[in-house]
Amino acid sequence: MARIIGGIGATHVPAIGKAIAEGKQNDPYWKPFFSGFNAVHKWLAREQPDVAVVFSNDHGLNFFLDKLPTFAVGAANEYRNEDEGWGIPVAHAAKGDAALSWHMINNLVADGFDITMCQEMLVDHAVTIPLNLMWPKGDWPPIVPVAINTVQHPLPAMARCLELGRSVGRALASYPQDLKVVVIGTGGLSHQLDGARAGFINKEFDTLCMNQLGADPEALTHYSIPQLVEFAGAQGVEFLNWMAMRGALTGRVSELHRNYHIPISNTAAATLLLENRPRTERRKAA
Amino acid sequence: MRHHIEGTTLFDGDQAQKGYALNRMCFSFNSAENREAFRNNEDAYCAKYGLSTKQREAVKSRNVLRLIEAGGNVYYLAKLAGIFGLNMQDIGAQQTGMSVDDFRQKLIAAGR
Repeated sequence: MARIIGGIGATHVPAIGKAIAEGKQNDPYWKPFFSGFNAVHKWLAREQPDVAVVFSNDHGLNFFLDKLPTFAVGAANEYRNEDEGWGIPVAHAAKGDAALSWHMINNLVADGFDITMCQEMLVDHAVTIPLNLMWPKGDWPPIVPVAINTVQHPLPAMARCLELGRSVGRALASYPQDLKVVVIGTGGLSHQLDGARAGFINKEFDTLCMNQLGADPEALTHYSIPQLVEFAGAQGVEFLNWMAMRGALTGRVSELHRNYHIPISNTAAATLLLENRPRTERRKAA
Repeated sequence: MRHHIEGTTLFDGDQAQKGYALNRMCFSFNSAENREAFRNNEDAYCAKYGLSTKQREAVKSRNVLRLIEAGGNVYYLAKLAGIFGLNMQDIGAQQTGMSVDDFRQKLIAAGR
């Protein structure tokens, strides 16, 4: 049976890709951000996940606005990155696990999530940057990418993304192969790139979101999408990816590590590591 | 009913329809060859993608608020801005009417 060992939330700002390429990790501007991954590296080295499920949003690499699925699941054995036109170096391809993808797809649809299935999918910086942050040597585990539309409104509700994650969690729990899975949600936290409100950052709201995500994600579902735009910024809606990540943690969840730093480019950058332990462990202990 | 958020344009169905040609052109800038073709003949390139006069003027002006007004989505506009050598702080400064230094200070101040 596949076991979800934990979840990681991580920012995916394109400028991080350039900083990595230029080896700026220890520069004064970047160090407070990159050093926030040390604890994640230690945890990953100890836990050795076999596969990563990555919730993220495409920014116009794989999908265009002609056909834009609300939820899409990759079903390939390889996911390439390509030129995004943003000047970020092209990353190497990520391995996939098509058998696991199809298991997830079958279970999600049976569970009422009518996702789009993608036997070919390019992954953009929203996938490759967090992978490079978590596995800086490039030894990424195979991934199953799940794309959530955070670009063109209407966006899926907070509650729906949490439920999507829960459905993924149930699907993984029923996978016969003995795999250790880490679930990743990328993007955010608060930022706004466009309009007269560009540069908007909301430390108070981000803190509230991070506090609630581990303890009581349900409490965050009362924020409507327009409210999320208002409080997190027009692109801060990427928090939807974090909601899905949290949903997949269906056991006992505890926060192991957090880093929060303003600014990275125009964004409040956050890293959050949540551990997921089987509920049965509590019974054994009692 | 629409939820009004100051200084913010939700990229919704209205914007998506209005901006389709402009965003489609920007999507083509994922290719270095297309970026080069745009640089070599901006007018011809915009004409090929069927930009409206308003969109064409907005591209010419390099003004991000005008590009948004013409239906541009910021993730696609970023690909265009890259051709002009503008990064996110340049774009932020331009949209807020600040100097780039002041815009950077505003971001730093948000962390305090």
